[in-house]
Amino acid sequence: MPLPSREFAAARVLAPSGRLDHDNCEAFRGELASHVAACARAGKAIVLDLSGLEYVSSAGLRCFMLAARQAKAQRGRILIAAMQPVVREIFQISRFDLVFEVFHTVDEALASSA
Amino acid sequence: MRVRFWGTRGSIPVALTSADIRDKLARALFAASGRRFASIGEAHAFALGELPFALTHTFGGHSPCVELATGHDEYFVCDMGSGARPLGAHVLARQGGRAATVNVFMSHVHWDHIMGFPFFGPAYVPGTRIVIHGCHGALEHALRLQQQPPCFPVRFEELAARIEFARLEPGATREVSGLRVTPVLQNHAGDSYGYRFEWGGKVVVYSTDSEHKLEDRGETDRFVGLFRDADLVVFDAMYSLAEAVSVKADWGHSSNIVGVELCQRARARHLVLFHHEPANSDAQIERILDETRRFEELTRGAAPALRITAAYDGLEVEL
Repeated sequence: MPLPSREFAAARVLAPSGRLDHDNCEAFRGELASHVAACARAGKAIVLDLSGLEYVSSAGLRCFMLAARQAKAQRGRILIAAMQPVVREIFQISRFDLVFEVFHTVDEALASSA
Repeated sequence: MRVRFWGTRGSIPVALTSADIRDKLARALFAASGRRFASIGEAHAFALGELPFALTHTFGGHSPCVELATGHDEYFVCDMGSGARPLGAHVLARQGGRAATVNVFMSHVHWDHIMGFPFFGPAYVPGTRIVIHGCHGALEHALRLQQQPPCFPVRFEELAARIEFARLEPGATREVSGLRVTPVLQNHAGDSYGYRFEWGGKVVVYSTDSEHKLEDRGETDRFVGLFRDADLVVFDAMYSLAEAVSVKADWGHSSNIVGVELCQRARARHLVLFHHEPANSDAQIERILDETRRFEELTRGAAPALRITAAYDGLEVEL
């Protein structure tokens, strides 16, 4: 899964797309971990722009949880934005919406990170 | 085959409090505002037909005990949680004085899974034969230990029934009085074992107290194999996924989300959410059930629908 990024003054926006499941979650987890470490060092937040994410399985959700733990340990911050309706429901049902700061839009997340 | 759920709660039995019952009653009365009932039968029909399950029932309180009623003279039971007490009364009533043979398949020996054994009535009836099957070497020790003074007034060796222990090998299929049984190792403190039962072309999987770590594809595939084409999967759905992979990681339990995913991959037909968290109210469990059904709908794709039920004490599923 490609993980394009955009830099802002106080945050780095990462935009995973497609499906996140058993088949690709390990590569995603490794790449996300690098971003979390780099942003924590730089004092930046990470905004996960999920507007292109169509589906996330339990294995994919676990990657988000590992990133959240890493961010907490490294004094970083992860915000989630722009979820598609299906992914938003999966976050609610799995209670991941209680773990992350969730925003309707990337702009709202960026405003919160500033 | 009929599967009867005598105990469905995890960790410790729970009971409705007077406040819980008062709240259900008040909500039912409110929902019936303006209605008139000519008979108690009409009121029953309204309650069953129009009120939510959580208002008119309770998911219940006993810890794990599930019966596979095959029609065979012998009984087949999974675990001896506190649900073993009402199961014992059922066995005694059905036998009408005839001695019973009861085969018990133990997932493990944590207290919530053995605490009903000292209250299992047939154990006190001469002529009863109880065969306790399992993969743990400590089965007999654990069952004897919980009846040692000062914890219980009747010692294990004073029980009237003939009690035998039969060691099973993980992964090896065995036939027990016509029931094909395959135990598999599960991830739980001190190990637990899930079972795949096959009888008359029907498959029931009993998989409780089992944590799925998700990072190991091979482990996930192993459970897909266990659940393959099952007619019924009884699944440990104690926590939300977020809890299971964070604050309650390594507590040895799983989630509704993982249950749906495994059943979908395995093409199982009916998922029963089991081993309910004791802190969850009836309303919370009903909400989890609704959400689980919605998750299944969201992720079904072109596959046939997976039926999903939240287990409750007294549930019977005919296969």
